[in-house]
Amino acid sequence: MIDRRGFLKLSAVGGGAVFLSGLYGIAQAAPDVGDFYFVQLSDCHWGYRGEANPESQNTLRKAIVSVNALALRPDFIIFTGDLTHTTDDPKERRQRMAMFKDIVSELNVKDVRFIPGEHDAALDAGAAFKEYFGATYYSFDHKGVHFIALDNVSDAGARLGEVQLQWLQQDLAQQSKDAKIIVFTHRPLFDLAPKWDWATRDGNEAIDLLMPYTNVTVFYGHIHQQHHQMTGHITHHAAKSLIFPLPAPGSQDKRTPLPWDAAQPFLGLGFREVEESINDNIIVEFPVVKA
Amino acid sequence: MNPIKRASLAKIGMSLFGVTGFSSMLYAANKHAKNIDGQRRVIQIEARKFAFSPAVIIVRKGEKVTLALKAMDFTHGFQLPDFKLRRDLVPGQVVNVDFSPDHEGEFDFLCDNFCGSGHENMSGKLIVIAAA
Repeated sequence: MIDRRGFLKLSAVGGGAVFLSGLYGIAQAAPDVGDFYFVQLSDCHWGYRGEANPESQNTLRKAIVSVNALALRPDFIIFTGDLTHTTDDPKERRQRMAMFKDIVSELNVKDVRFIPGEHDAALDAGAAFKEYFGATYYSFDHKGVHFIALDNVSDAGARLGEVQLQWLQQDLAQQSKDAKIIVFTHRPLFDLAPKWDWATRDGNEAIDLLMPYTNVTVFYGHIHQQHHQMTGHITHHAAKSLIFPLPAPGSQDKRTPLPWDAAQPFLGLGFREVEESINDNIIVEFPVVKA
Repeated sequence: MNPIKRASLAKIGMSLFGVTGFSSMLYAANKHAKNIDGQRRVIQIEARKFAFSPAVIIVRKGEKVTLALKAMDFTHGFQLPDFKLRRDLVPGQVVNVDFSPDHEGEFDFLCDNFCGSGHENMSGKLIVIAAA
């Protein structure tokens, strides 16, 4: 019987390729996951109330149930920003963050990490986020992979800024040129759709710093849909959201949410797991709830 | 006129009369614009949460234009990606952006400083019509 990783590799198209499907049955069938895997969740927008998701009170909770049901526990979980929906009221912002933190405490994984989105951090330069979730940018190592979490949202103008770029340069200087490096951001580092503000104003400077490293992958959120793009040899993978999907980049005048489909609730929403090995990573997309 | 209504009216008009004809009518009637010495047209634009007013700007190809941008309530951003123009708009200060469009078409501009719950909808359209 083929194992789970073998099945994924057959479905993928080489190193860094993507397998797009919900694989609950497969996940329960075989325990071989290669070196390790982590789960990425993004754009939960806790506090959003609107027609684009009449189940906004339940979507995050359902996703957590699904993550907890994975046959093997991930080594860690990362939330790539917009944990909460923006509010002008600092008190309400903190209430939303407190409630979000309480809800995600139901995850059965101990190592849960966070980065902010502009909805969390842009109106107060990340002050509330830091109170509840700690630093807005940081790095860590796990089983031979160097992870870098960047903050391109605490500046309302979507800049990483000189201080953070210098920190990034110093952090990367500790790595060999062939080190396996994974970067987490909220916004795309490249100009995906500038007319929709889907960019980072000084993102090219970060990419320039990353370019000498031969094995770099970026996972981000913000655009509420899967998207895969290369800048040179660096791959960038956008994640689905857990609130509402958005149109394809630049495909219409306004980046208005796609309408909720009562016949297919949670359509276009989901989370992903990323399997890491020395030679590749395999991305597996999951819906919010098991079909 | 409310900027959203103005944009809707422009779309309806363009579908009825064609882009060029209706845009020319709006160009002539633009109360936000004034000429300086017949050389450069100044178009006043206000930015406030969560709209630009006017949200539709009509200029002629090759025309010398100054966008006189003024934020009313927040440090909004103004970005016109197709012309590689962007500015920060400090509340109460007029920021003049001089340019002369060298190609016709419809181009989106937006606030690119996150300003709150309606930020994603804070955008507008520059329409460049044929030279007179």
